[in-house]
Formats: sequence, structure tokens, C-alpha cells
Amino acid sequence: MADATTAAKDLAIDVRGVSLWYGTFQALYEVNLEVKRGSITALIGPSGCGKSTLLRSVNRINERLGSYVRTTGSIHVLQHDVLAEDVEPARLRKEVGMVFQRPNPLPLSVRDNVLFAHKLHRTGQRYTRAQEDGIVEEALSTVLLWDEVKDDLDRKATTLSLEAQQKLCIARLLPVKPSVILMDEPTSALDPAATEALEELIWELRGDYTILIVTHNMAQARRASEETAFMLLGRMVEHGPTEELFLRPHDQQTADYIEGRYG
Amino acid sequence: MFAATALDHRNRRTQRAFKALFGLMTLMLITPVIIILTVLVVKGGPALSMEFLFSAPSNGMTAGGIFPALVGTVWLVAVALLASVPVGVASAIYLAEYAPDNWFTRLINLAIINLAGVPSIVHALFGVGAFVLFAGFGESILAASLTLAVMTLPVVIVATRESLQAVPKAFREACWNMGATRWQTIWKVVLPNSISGILTGVILEVSRTSGETAPIMFTGAALFLPFLPQGVLDQTMALSLHLFVLSTQVPNVPEHLEYGVALVLIGMVLAMNALSIGFRVYLRGRKKW
Repeated sequence: MADATTAAKDLAIDVRGVSLWYGTFQALYEVNLEVKRGSITALIGPSGCGKSTLLRSVNRINERLGSYVRTTGSIHVLQHDVLAEDVEPARLRKEVGMVFQRPNPLPLSVRDNVLFAHKLHRTGQRYTRAQEDGIVEEALSTVLLWDEVKDDLDRKATTLSLEAQQKLCIARLLPVKPSVILMDEPTSALDPAATEALEELIWELRGDYTILIVTHNMAQARRASEETAFMLLGRMVEHGPTEELFLRPHDQQTADYIEGRYG
Repeated sequence: MFAATALDHRNRRTQRAFKALFGLMTLMLITPVIIILTVLVVKGGPALSMEFLFSAPSNGMTAGGIFPALVGTVWLVAVALLASVPVGVASAIYLAEYAPDNWFTRLINLAIINLAGVPSIVHALFGVGAFVLFAGFGESILAASLTLAVMTLPVVIVATRESLQAVPKAFREACWNMGATRWQTIWKVVLPNSISGILTGVILEVSRTSGETAPIMFTGAALFLPFLPQGVLDQTMALSLHLFVLSTQVPNVPEHLEYGVALVLIGMVLAMNALSIGFRVYLRGRKKW
């Protein structure tokens, strides 16, 4: 029993028996997924297999994007049930940040983008300009963007390169100190060099943040994740250490997919 | 091998013919505008003077100026804006940002479209019933402006809703995912990026409101009232009605006087439209995504 408790404490995300319907369409079937704290887990699978749906149900953004979403089962983030009645979605999303396929910085300055979430969630006390500058520098430094933009923080974020925009989209999550960052194919709009830079960054964030990343890119899953989970038709097929899953998949479907036989 | 064949020549002729046809249609479209403006400037221009703008009509409206009508129109438009902009913008925000996509929302949208299609004289009679008689405002600026407000509400709602919907969904997703509430998203991101469209809608409303005649005829605009209104419960003259009266109700009005009124009226409308275009260009230049 004690062991189970300790084990549960190490989990940042714990998905148990989750089924999800969009209206009458069932997108997820009894999905289980355990994500260890501070680890990077890749979700792979062909289009429409439910990996984005699973990702989006962790911070419950599904409910905003499409109405008529029904979820059964349980999803715990840091031992807290996110599907509970009293969960405030805004609180949850502060703790569980998200990065999208296409970089979506707000049409504000770089500085205001970084401070956006911070300003939403600060309670009461005002920050001095210097304190805010500190927050901006720390966040941008963490995503390896500080040197590039430090002289031009008032520049419109939407005019940055796509790579810089995507890094900024990660940076703006950091000031509110999320424990989990969800990434939905974060490099699919980027060129190979930018993809590599992003992967390096994601790897750097390991340990400080728990990262769940959806990717279509097998090589990316291999390079930039510690564990990989393979989904097919709304079901979790296999989940294990990345190296193991790619070298010795237990399930024939997994083997077929990673060898490129479908998807 | 690549030389033009008979078929290519025929295609090219057809293409030229259609281009010419569409060009001609476009020309026809702007011709009336040019003719109207030219005639107005030529015939009404001589009437314009400081005295014309700033004195009251005299001598049975066959002489003097238009000051009470000018001021009255400003009153009517201002009060109509005060009534319709908050309601219109708020309901547009509700429809664009909050309303679920269901039969009820569709019904509301249909109602707005139909409201825009109601003839202005029907609005006028509604105004008489609702504001003059039922609400007890009597024939007054308030009743006339509210009638105008109801009539132009669809303009504001549609313009606002469309400019809200033009803000990319990605911005909203970004905000929601940082834990912003719907209202924080609207206030900090959606509204700042749609304000140019909203302003354009408002200014279009101004230009439409200032020219309307029927809705104010029975609800608060007076044929002749050489005093300035003191409050919203007074009656007032208005440029549009003044023009109608001069043209049809009063004998022996010098022609240049009528054209002068029309010129001032259309000048106001065009100035407003130009302002709205200017706003658009300025604000669009500032936003980039």
C-alpha cells in the first residue's frame, strides 16, 4: 500500500479508464496513461487515433473547443482529480500549460506575451517594472530566446520567426510555474533546423517540467522523449520507455506503425 | 507547337468581352454618385456660407439658414448612438463569444437580419407606438433617437460581430490555455483587435442615422422650430426632414437653398464615411498577424 502511494506521488498525470465522446462519436476507449513527474512522454499514433483528444482532456480544453464532450473515467494531475465538480478550469490550465501546432503568440509585444499569463494569475500585489523585467528575462532565457530578442522586447510577437514564436509560446507559460506542459505537434509548422532547436529546448526542460508531447514524427519521439505511448483508434496500445518501444515493441500493431506500415 | 489556335483566339475574345462588360457595370455604379455630387456642389455650393450654417430659417423658410436643423441632427444622432452602441456591441459580443450554436442563437441571428430589412416607415410607426405613446416620451428627441437606434441596431451588431469573428481563433485558444476566462480573453485580446471594425460599424451607423427621415417624422422631428432643443424631451428640427419639407411642403423656396441643405447633409455623411475609412486604415496598419 505504501509503495502504491509513493508510486502515485511520482505521477504528474494519471489517466485511468478514460472514455470520451464528442456527441455520439466515441474518440477514446478506456485509455490508461501514467506520466512520471519531470519526464517527457511522447504520444504517437496515426491521425485520428485520439492522441490530441487525450492531450486536450488533461487540461480540459476539449470542453471549450467543441461542445457536447462527455468524459468518463478519471484524470489526475498531481494527485488531483481534474474532472471533479469543483475544479476551476482556469486554475487547472495555469498548472497545465499547452503549446500548439501553429505558434500562436498573441498580437502583443514580446514582453507582454511573456507577462500575459502572469498578469492573469497574479493575485493582488503589483509588480514593479524591474520585477517584471526579471520575469521576462528568466522565461526567455529558459527557452534560449533571450539573446535574440533582448534588444527588442517591444516588437510585435507575431513578426518573429516561427521558431522564435514557438519558443515564446513556451516561454509565456513559465512565469506562472506550471508543472505540466502539453505540446500538440509543436514542431509541425517548423523547418528542420527550427525543429531541432525546439527538440533541444524540450529536452532541456525535462526535469523541471513534465512534458506530454503529441507527435507525428517518429524520429522526434525517439530523439526527444523518455517514454512513448502508442495509440490506435482511440485505444492505448502500448506504453513504455522510448528506446524499448522502438526497438522491441510488444504489440504487432505498434511494430507495424513504427515501421511505417500505416499512418 | 505553342502558337495560338482558333480556340485560343475565341477564348481571348470572350475573356475581353466579359472584362469590358464588368468594367462597364462598375462604371455605371459610380456614375450616379459622381452626378449627384457634381449637381449638389454646383447648385448648392453658392448657398453655403457661415450665415447659412449658423442662422435659423426665416421668411417662411424661404430664406435664412439651417442651424436648428444641423444642431437637431447632431442631437438625434448622438442620443441614438448612446442608446444603440452599448446594446449593439454587448449583444454582438454575446452572439460572437458566448452564445452556443443552437436553434435559439440562429433564431436571434435571423431576427437581426429581419430587423435590418424592416422598412423605415414601419420603424417610424413602431416608434410612435412604443416610445411616443406607450413609454410616454411624447414627440421628442428621445423618442426619435430611440426609433433610429432600433432601426440601426442591426448595423452595429453585424459589424461588431463580424469584426469579433475576424479575430483568429488561435488567439482565443492561446488565452484559454493560459487559464484566461472568456471575459479576460475578450477584454485583453479580442476587443483590442476588433476595435477598428467596431468603430467602422458605429460610424456607418452615424452616417445612416443622420440621413433617415421617415423614422423621425412622427416621433420627434418638427417641420419648423427656430429654437435649439434644450433637452432630450424637446422636439427638434433635423436636416433630412428639413430638406423634405423645403422640397415638398413650402412654396417658392429658392433652389440653391434646397441644394444647400442636401449638400450639407451628404457632406456630413461622406465626412463620416471618410473618417471610418481613415480609422480602418490607421488601425489596420497597427495590427499585424
